[in-house]
Amino acid sequence: MKLIKKLILSATGVLLGLGLQVAVAAPSGQPIKVGGTLALTGPLSATALIHKLAGEIYVEQLNKKNGLLGRPVEWILKDDQSKPDLARTLYEQLVTVDKVDLLLGPYATGNILSAVGVAQKYQKVLVHHTMGIPSLVKYDMQFPAWSVGYDPATTVTNTLLDALASTTKFPKTIAIVSSKFPSVYMMSVGMREAAKKRGIKEVLFLEWEFGNKDFGPIASRVKDANPDFIFVGAIGLEGNQLLDAMKKIDYVPPMQYFMYPAPGPLAKAPGAERAMAGSIFEQHPPFTNNPLAAEFVKIFNERATKAGLPDNAVETQAAASYSAWQVIEAAVTATKSLDDKVLAAWLKKNKVDTIQGKLRFDGPSNFGDDLLRVKQVQNGHWVVVWPKEWAAPGAKLLTQ
Amino acid sequence: MNFPSWTLLGQSLLSGIFIGSLYGLLGLGLSLSWGMLRQINLAHFALAFLGAYLTFQLTSVGGMDPLLTLGLIAPAFFAFGVLMQWLFSRFSISPFNSLLVTFGLTVIIESLIQWIWTADYRKMDSVYGEMKFKIGSLYVPLPELLTLIIAVTLSLSTWALLRYTDLGKAMRAAAEDPQIAAAFGVNEKRLALLLSGLAATFAGVAGLCLALSYTLSPSQIYAWIGVVFAAVMIGGLGNPIGPLIAGIVIGVAEAMTMALISPAWAPLVSFSLLILVLLTRADKV
Repeated sequence: MKLIKKLILSATGVLLGLGLQVAVAAPSGQPIKVGGTLALTGPLSATALIHKLAGEIYVEQLNKKNGLLGRPVEWILKDDQSKPDLARTLYEQLVTVDKVDLLLGPYATGNILSAVGVAQKYQKVLVHHTMGIPSLVKYDMQFPAWSVGYDPATTVTNTLLDALASTTKFPKTIAIVSSKFPSVYMMSVGMREAAKKRGIKEVLFLEWEFGNKDFGPIASRVKDANPDFIFVGAIGLEGNQLLDAMKKIDYVPPMQYFMYPAPGPLAKAPGAERAMAGSIFEQHPPFTNNPLAAEFVKIFNERATKAGLPDNAVETQAAASYSAWQVIEAAVTATKSLDDKVLAAWLKKNKVDTIQGKLRFDGPSNFGDDLLRVKQVQNGHWVVVWPKEWAAPGAKLLTQ
Repeated sequence: MNFPSWTLLGQSLLSGIFIGSLYGLLGLGLSLSWGMLRQINLAHFALAFLGAYLTFQLTSVGGMDPLLTLGLIAPAFFAFGVLMQWLFSRFSISPFNSLLVTFGLTVIIESLIQWIWTADYRKMDSVYGEMKFKIGSLYVPLPELLTLIIAVTLSLSTWALLRYTDLGKAMRAAAEDPQIAAAFGVNEKRLALLLSGLAATFAGVAGLCLALSYTLSPSQIYAWIGVVFAAVMIGGLGNPIGPLIAGIVIGVAEAMTMALISPAWAPLVSFSLLILVLLTRADKV
């Protein structure tokens, strides 16, 4: 009996000791510097703010655990003002002056291309989260957490058409209206081809310059063309502007898809009910079945509210940003190294489990699978509706 | 090519008139300060957006009627305009330097807006937002109609003020030749303060119209500069009605280009018109 008691006490002691050790193990030593820029000001700043919050949360969580390799992580973040030329200069600074250990990409295609140039010059690994035109990046040590596959113009548009085919109202006619912003224009051109292959008649194709202010005539032309389905190649605010203009002439298209909308404002806009868009993550099951994702959603919601963001939900942008940090952490932890070549070699051979799903980097330009799903505004909220295995519980694609 | 329907043409024409009136309203204050005070006031656009955000705040959070917000915004902006002119005069800022100084001011105001309201998009919910009426098959949205009415009223009132009142005549005289005007007892400095206050007030009013019709974002400040400058230059510096007429001509031309050709061609319209005007009547600009 005494022996059993001793054993129990010893075991409890060991467990408590271990527990204490885990509890007190804080990162120590020289911080590991992760450098990057975001468009904290300028036309891209509304979205970049989401990436800033996501990054801050990740670094905080990382340092609460054991940092990276037992060392604290410091995120050196600079404002590239939404300017690719400035992003290039700042990444040069990060490498040569701040001497960062690791690089994280900026927000959006143009600035990422600038950062990739610098990373290539100094042979640094660059993990980035929002590269819209995969074929433009050739550097072999850049790794995308924006999981749209190498040829999104084909795969994303076909996923959408598959989703529409699952309903009883597959469109017979389509209007494609598009900003000439490169990453969305590419998708609009892809939709033209995909629609043609599926026998959908194109009744209207329009393009406008990025920064267009008057969407009235565009809305009128869409109404005049009377399509079954509109594919809106809009970025950010443009989707809302077109929706507002359509609402003003009392026109609600039977079905509409927005390529890269400002998700929060669009979901709340009049006339947006049943509008569709792409998404890699929404804050509902099955995505939030992952405990890490659920915790991130909870913290992000709180922080976004505190930061005064009108929409505090975690969706594509925040999830892509979080995933980029997960990619960095996974590679450093697995290799126990900060050597760029070692990290790159590991990433090319291994998949990384992220909150948006498993990412692989062994395809062309290190792009892996296209994980962009179809989401829809239902009762004022975005829910994923396609593919079925990622749909919110009970949700399905609704048509008018 | 199918000929567009009359509804499409009519709706596009209306759309062009409405956005053109906003170009004109934004250009009114700019034209006065450029033509009569010799200041190229880039901060006019930032002030208009500050006015839009204040309208948003007072309406969405404060629960005020958007039109009543002018009761607070107009005097505050007038005071700001007066202060700005006093500083310009105190430090003898030249026309060219005014461009640089007001650009700096624009950046400061943009940062202030972003600091207070974040860079995220803001859309004002107001009673007027979804109001519209129908004439035949054409829709007339109330916010845009209000913008047109305000722009026409302010432009005509300012024109009448400058043309028919002693105050207006003194302002024109001071703008034409300050020394001679002073010899006739015109207090040029005081009138400049008044004119600058008036221009800033017009920016505040334009802000109200922006908030009524558009989703706001701080960086949108810069989206309006090019086309409004074109409207001001085509309309004639210091001319209160010119920017409105030029704005509507540009707006309609852009809208018709969008309706008949392609929206992508629309931005070429304003600058093509500007080049044409500069080539044919440069002395009038």
